[in-house]
Amino acid sequence: MTPNRPTEPIGIDTMLDDRDVRIVVCCGSGGVGKTTTAAALAVRAAERGRQVVVLTIDPARRLAQSMGLTELDNSPRPVAGLDTSAGGSLEAMMLDMKRTFDEIVQLHSEPGRAEAILANPFYQSLSSSMAGTQEYMAMEKLGQLRRTNNWDLIVVDTPPSRSALDFLDAPKRLGSFLDGRVIKILAAPAKAGGKAYLKVVSVGFNMVAGVVTKVLGAQLLKDVASFVAALETMFGGFRERADETFRLLKNPETRFLVVAAPEPDALREASYFVERLSEERMPLAGLVLNRVHHSGAAALSPGRALAAAEDLDAAGDSAELTLTAALLRLHAERMTTIAREESLTERFCAAHPTIPIGEVAAQPADVHDLDGLRIIGAELAARR
Amino acid sequence: MAVAFRNRWAAVELHIVTGKGGTGKTTVAAALALALAADGRRTLLVEVEGRGGIAQLFDTPPLPYAERRIAIAPGGGEVHALPIDAEEALLEYLDMFYHLGRAGRGLRRLGFVDFVTTIAPGLRDVLLTGKAYEAVGPRRGGRPSYDAVIMDAPPTGRIAQFLNINTEVAGLAKGGPVHKQAESIMRLLRSKRTAVHFVTVLEEMPVQETLDGLRDVSEVGLPTGAVIVNMVRRAMLSEEDLTAARAGTLDREGVQKSLERVGVPAGEDILDGLLAEAREHALRVDLERAERRELDAAKRPVYELPALSDGIDLGGLYRLADELRDQGAGA
Repeated sequence: MTPNRPTEPIGIDTMLDDRDVRIVVCCGSGGVGKTTTAAALAVRAAERGRQVVVLTIDPARRLAQSMGLTELDNSPRPVAGLDTSAGGSLEAMMLDMKRTFDEIVQLHSEPGRAEAILANPFYQSLSSSMAGTQEYMAMEKLGQLRRTNNWDLIVVDTPPSRSALDFLDAPKRLGSFLDGRVIKILAAPAKAGGKAYLKVVSVGFNMVAGVVTKVLGAQLLKDVASFVAALETMFGGFRERADETFRLLKNPETRFLVVAAPEPDALREASYFVERLSEERMPLAGLVLNRVHHSGAAALSPGRALAAAEDLDAAGDSAELTLTAALLRLHAERMTTIAREESLTERFCAAHPTIPIGEVAAQPADVHDLDGLRIIGAELAARR
Repeated sequence: MAVAFRNRWAAVELHIVTGKGGTGKTTVAAALALALAADGRRTLLVEVEGRGGIAQLFDTPPLPYAERRIAIAPGGGEVHALPIDAEEALLEYLDMFYHLGRAGRGLRRLGFVDFVTTIAPGLRDVLLTGKAYEAVGPRRGGRPSYDAVIMDAPPTGRIAQFLNINTEVAGLAKGGPVHKQAESIMRLLRSKRTAVHFVTVLEEMPVQETLDGLRDVSEVGLPTGAVIVNMVRRAMLSEEDLTAARAGTLDREGVQKSLERVGVPAGEDILDGLLAEAREHALRVDLERAERRELDAAKRPVYELPALSDGIDLGGLYRLADELRDQGAGA
């Protein structure tokens, strides 16, 4: 079965060898192997001579261990066992979202003030559980790594968002929320200039603010107010920071890889993401399709295999007949899966004919060593 | 002893279904709603993440924010669905307690609802569980009540936090309307009328998250229910053949002869392909068995649902419902 696709292979090495490419972002919906893809790309780039750091968000335990990551410590650690003969290097780190947030606070405020913010109950819930914080901090960390200029290639994994788009939108949403009018108005009583805000708002607004206070409680609003007041003097607004990262993502030195598996949900998310990247004029390198099934016996159709299995059942029950019938049924199942994956992929390709695709075969077991990552890297580099 | 799902959880009125992304959590929740609706019962399937997954699964247009019947179960039962929306739920509360009327719509326009649920993330969760709470048990005004409510809940990584209402409302005004209701919700969640079920597949990450999730949910004092293993592939070879397939010592000549006997051309490519598939199958079986042992160590009732090789459609959903309903749990 030869896939009927207009698209070209992804040619990952051209991108990894291009010294002008400084950031590779792996994005896609949850559970499609983003982290593994990011790790495989990082290993390959490093073994081809680049100074690489890979930022992972939530790696499987054994994959993390294979890269020497045993704890969330928010600082890059060298990965052992790498082939450095081409002059490259690889460091890996896991994002600690709360610590990244704490560090921003500490970096940008005087000691006394920083402590007050860190102890603020609203800050604590914001930094550990508010939707979008993880995405925001991943982007913040990416910006920090890029500014140090210690590496010539940064590979980023994105948070396991429900939707692939959260990753692009959350930092901005959180930024404009923290920097927004509404929060400033509600925070106003805590500040001297509060009255100026209140004059311009309507009576309806006051009633509404009253209801909000009744539901949320005055204490929470006070915490929010003092948090916002403290932040404001600290740095020029969250929105600006988010905008800055957004610009970094649009920069020609950045490449996006959309990661998916040949499943309806994952490909639908991938489609949305591809369209969004093109709207934002962000540089898309291609689609990585993980867990694709193949067969070396593709010439044998599932219908033929099942019919033959039935004939074998009728022919007797010797060990070899039973084994062969089982192999044929296994094969028929595999071929059905392949056909479903093919049709889903072709549908994607028809909608996005110009997007290069790299396929990675389904592995019988989870990948958790450098050799496994090398195999994936090689598959992505292969030109079929 | 094996006990069929519907009997084992007969006392449960609120089934909370969680699972890591990609494990088929929504599918299993829907199958469970169908299974529990069998024989003339009524169930309500609620969705709390605004993804429209239920409508897609049942092949209907996106559902409005209202309860409506979406499927008939075997034996005349009914499955109803309700996509819960936190904003709508908040406006409902505000209207009930403060009679806001038109001003409520103004609230939304100003972005206040979004704002309020953003600065108090717990509020959103309380509103969502609150609507499910309302649907459990008898209701006022002659509205329908349900034999069971099934919630397609947030993923495993967030489930304990989502359900831990006490902590979630810590930031809300004491004596405020939502805070007051939270106490009743928590009483229901902590009682035997609730069970939190975990959907997983036999892979490393989902199993690990399931074990973590079971621990987290118990720690906050909530009743854990079943572990439902989805997309299970049965071993299709005998133990002996699995061992040989793993070692690459399957009877190649025997297979070749058998294929020729039923007229299948048995070239080297075909033989290589079939034997490679057998080896991958054996490795997969090993991996799944190892993960299954990890799950069994948690000592929760485990149910299994088969992988449907041509994907999930409405027919497949009914099949899963049948499996779930009558299956005894290997505890």
